[in-house]
Amino acid sequence: MKEVEVRLTVNGRERSARCEPRTTLADFLRGHLGLTGTHLGCEHGVCGACTVLLDGATARSCLMLAVQGQGHEVTTIEGLGTPENPHPLMRAFSEMHGLQCGFCTPGFILSAHEYLRENPRPDRQAMRKDLSGNICRCTGYVKIFAAVERAAELMAEPEAARS
Amino acid sequence: MTWVGQRVARKEDLPLVTGTGTYVPDFNLPGTLEVAFVRSPLAHARILNIDTAEALSAEGVVAIYTGPDIRDQVHALVLDQEAAPPGLETAAPEIHPATIEILADAEVRHVGQAVAAVVADSRYHAEDAAELVRIDYDELRAALDPEQARLPGAPIVFDNVPNNVQARYRIRVGDADAALDGAEHRLAMKIRSQRVMAAPMETRGVLASTVGEETTVWSSTQIPWAVRNSIAGAIGVPQRQIRVQIPHMGGGFGQKVNVYPEEVLVTYISRVLHRPVRWVEDRVENMIASGHARDQLHNVEAAFDSEGHITAIRDRFVLDSGVACPYPLSSAYNVASHFRSMYRIANFSIDAECVLTHKMFNLPYRGAGRPEAAFVMDRVINAVAQELSLDPAEVIMRNLIADEEQPYRMGMPYRDGHEVVYDASGFPAAFERLLELIGYAEHRRTQAQLRAQGVHRGIGLGTYVEGTGVGPFESGQVHVDAQGHVVVYSGCAPHGQGLDTTMSQVVADAFGITPEEVVFRAGDTALLPYGVGTFASRSVVTAGAAIIESSNRLLKRIKAIAGEMLEMAPEDLEVGAGRVRVRGVPSRGVSFKEVYRAASPGPGARLPEGMDPGTSESFYWVPPTVTWGFGVVGAVVDVDPETGVVDVRKVVMLHDCGRVINPLIVEGQIEGGLVQGIGATLYEHVIYDESGQPRATTFLDYLLPTSAEVPEIVQEHLEGTPSERNPLGVKGVGESGPISPPAAIANAIIDALSPLKIQLNELPLSPATVVAAIERAGAEGPLHPTGVKIGFPASNQSGGFLR
Ligand code: FES
Ligand code: FES
Repeated sequence: MKEVEVRLTVNGRERSARCEPRTTLADFLRGHLGLTGTHLGCEHGVCGACTVLLDGATARSCLMLAVQGQGHEVTTIEGLGTPENPHPLMRAFSEMHGLQCGFCTPGFILSAHEYLRENPRPDRQAMRKDLSGNICRCTGYVKIFAAVERAAELMAEPEAARS
Repeated sequence: MTWVGQRVARKEDLPLVTGTGTYVPDFNLPGTLEVAFVRSPLAHARILNIDTAEALSAEGVVAIYTGPDIRDQVHALVLDQEAAPPGLETAAPEIHPATIEILADAEVRHVGQAVAAVVADSRYHAEDAAELVRIDYDELRAALDPEQARLPGAPIVFDNVPNNVQARYRIRVGDADAALDGAEHRLAMKIRSQRVMAAPMETRGVLASTVGEETTVWSSTQIPWAVRNSIAGAIGVPQRQIRVQIPHMGGGFGQKVNVYPEEVLVTYISRVLHRPVRWVEDRVENMIASGHARDQLHNVEAAFDSEGHITAIRDRFVLDSGVACPYPLSSAYNVASHFRSMYRIANFSIDAECVLTHKMFNLPYRGAGRPEAAFVMDRVINAVAQELSLDPAEVIMRNLIADEEQPYRMGMPYRDGHEVVYDASGFPAAFERLLELIGYAEHRRTQAQLRAQGVHRGIGLGTYVEGTGVGPFESGQVHVDAQGHVVVYSGCAPHGQGLDTTMSQVVADAFGITPEEVVFRAGDTALLPYGVGTFASRSVVTAGAAIIESSNRLLKRIKAIAGEMLEMAPEDLEVGAGRVRVRGVPSRGVSFKEVYRAASPGPGARLPEGMDPGTSESFYWVPPTVTWGFGVVGAVVDVDPETGVVDVRKVVMLHDCGRVINPLIVEGQIEGGLVQGIGATLYEHVIYDESGQPRATTFLDYLLPTSAEVPEIVQEHLEGTPSERNPLGVKGVGESGPISPPAAIANAIIDALSPLKIQLNELPLSPATVVAAIERAGAEGPLHPTGVKIGFPASNQSGGFLR
């Protein structure tokens, strides 16, 4: 099949690669750009493992074509933090045991990121509904709630205290 | 400080939270070919013809394999991993090995069975070409109902399994027949645990890469050693030419505890083509071609006296195996050995059959027979209470095994052949504590009043026991390396359980270092000659024992070597902070690094007389038998009697898992398990229609619990009975969560609607099921929940009559 050139901004950098027009954004990020932190749990839009931020809002990269991302800004888990400099959400997930197998975790962290931006002071009741777009089969969610609450605390601390 | 018992955050988390983990789909080996399978669209059919010509010429296609193509090179899997061990004779087990074809040869036996494998330069191209493979089928009559499939004249799934009965056993303890004949009261119930699936968030996947004669297979599996052995056997190569390693893994829960055709075939193709070859299952495939679970129909009878003491249980059940039940002891025999739970029931009789049908095969899923058993047992207890108009809590209490009766002998063998003898006690105290924590007395006081206000709230109770840490063995090896690190190898196969952290805590205490300083490696057949894997709530018990025993051996060895170096008696030495030191003179000692050097072969060695070189010790732990955990669970629910919608408000669980190494991880196991239990109780159902077509093939029809369905969870660890059956005093915990929710939630719904005296004996408890139960009870003329007698016209389907 004929390939097309896709250009988009990923984690703050201009990236481009050639792919078949039918390539999903998820496969493009994973296969063409090597960003394998975006996981695929269902490829039909239910589990949320493939969640990325598209111009700052969560999107399911399994349901989008790479060409639809053309000209947009995508943030993947790799853009949120690194092993050397993990985002407070990443630290909080570990500290509170908000993950077991870790497969749902990148997607969950990106959804939680959006949730905390809108609700810097999280409420557990509301969170139960607002985070219900991501499925975790391991944790039973309880410690994910705790992790999001903990991240809110960490993020509220002044920058200096964080590092 | 001691690390065991601390809430240590996990060592394995950093790559996982930062998206830098490596799961099978994440590898990026140059030249990797991708595989897509062509799968049977029919439950049962003869293959008349396969035409691959068009597919072979499609873009990117490298090769296509069909059953006849590989007939002489790759053998079907014939799995007899659960042949009955000595000691099980009284159960009269008859077990036929499970046959699993790599690619269908002449006949397809379930929807989703692999018929052809297309190998291409990308997954997209492989899938395109798979659509071009033409297969002509002659559809055959399918066996779909296990009760029918075992009767003469039913379609036969495999010729070597007469009447489709792949496995059967029976247990007789006391004389249930006589007790039932002479009983004051008796009841009979039909109770079904539906077909479900584990649905780990990562599907299965396998990548094989061949260098020279050795193929490295990265597979998302819970049992790397068995996978290696099966692959080597099926393709006829020495086991040591196959190395199976698990990379990061997105859960398993039992679905990955079997060797699968795709693992064999992908390895074979890599060896033929000398290329890296990968197959990553998609979710639809996972739902139709990865192991399902449970699917048991029980016919149970109970005898009891007018005080609610249960004197006998007689059960006959059929397990719908699908095309195979590769673990008949785990899936079916566990039912018998866990059936009577924490209760004193002297007369017990059970007959079980695993019957083949034309559906996907049936594997143990988290709990493995225990959730099914607990659902039957605690529904029976509840029905006894209903029958006698007693409080269910009272009936449970009256049947609990008292502490004076422990260690209680159940009068039958466990599946390892050893007699079931509980090494736990404190059942009544745990149960009383549950009632207190859940506010049972308060609930009884306020229930009627709430009901008058239109809130139908109920509390349901359940209990369970769990044999954990099953054999046959597990391996451990501990080294001090050239840099002075303590390095641990084990045959377990961690995939989310946090075993790196847990085992590192244990080793850290033994060597006086921190868990971070321990290097832990597992799930790789190149590490050790023998290993088993991670399943059946076994790893902390069995791998833990193997690791602590090898640590103790290594400590002895390095003290002996250090003693030689320091010219001290080993008894006068201690270990701490990476050094072997003289007791009382901490400044005098040698580092682990120096010990390593002194233990290395060569002229510089300084070893005690007669000691072989090296700073490594192994141990293979063979458990005497399982160690018994137990627990009690209560659920609080609100029910809408008009819609049948159940809101689980709260679940309280108290459990004994012996000594807790990491409370944070144990809590996580309980929470995750409970929520899986809630899913299997209320939402999850693998449905096949009357032509054998699976009806749940996406997460839109197979509903997993989301965060919105999670109730308040309260848990307490009972640490009253550390195990005496292993050196760490631990019991397994991984599977305990999902065992009791089905019974507890069903009983809670029944309690919420208690004036209606409904029965809920079939899972899942969907709104429709609950409404149907209300209507059934109504047809027999009970009371409206508010106490008003109501009529139920048969034609009224709306449920609005309860207004
Ligand atoms: S992979 Fe995109 S929602 Fe599941
Ligand atoms: S941690 Fe395994 S799916 Fe969420």
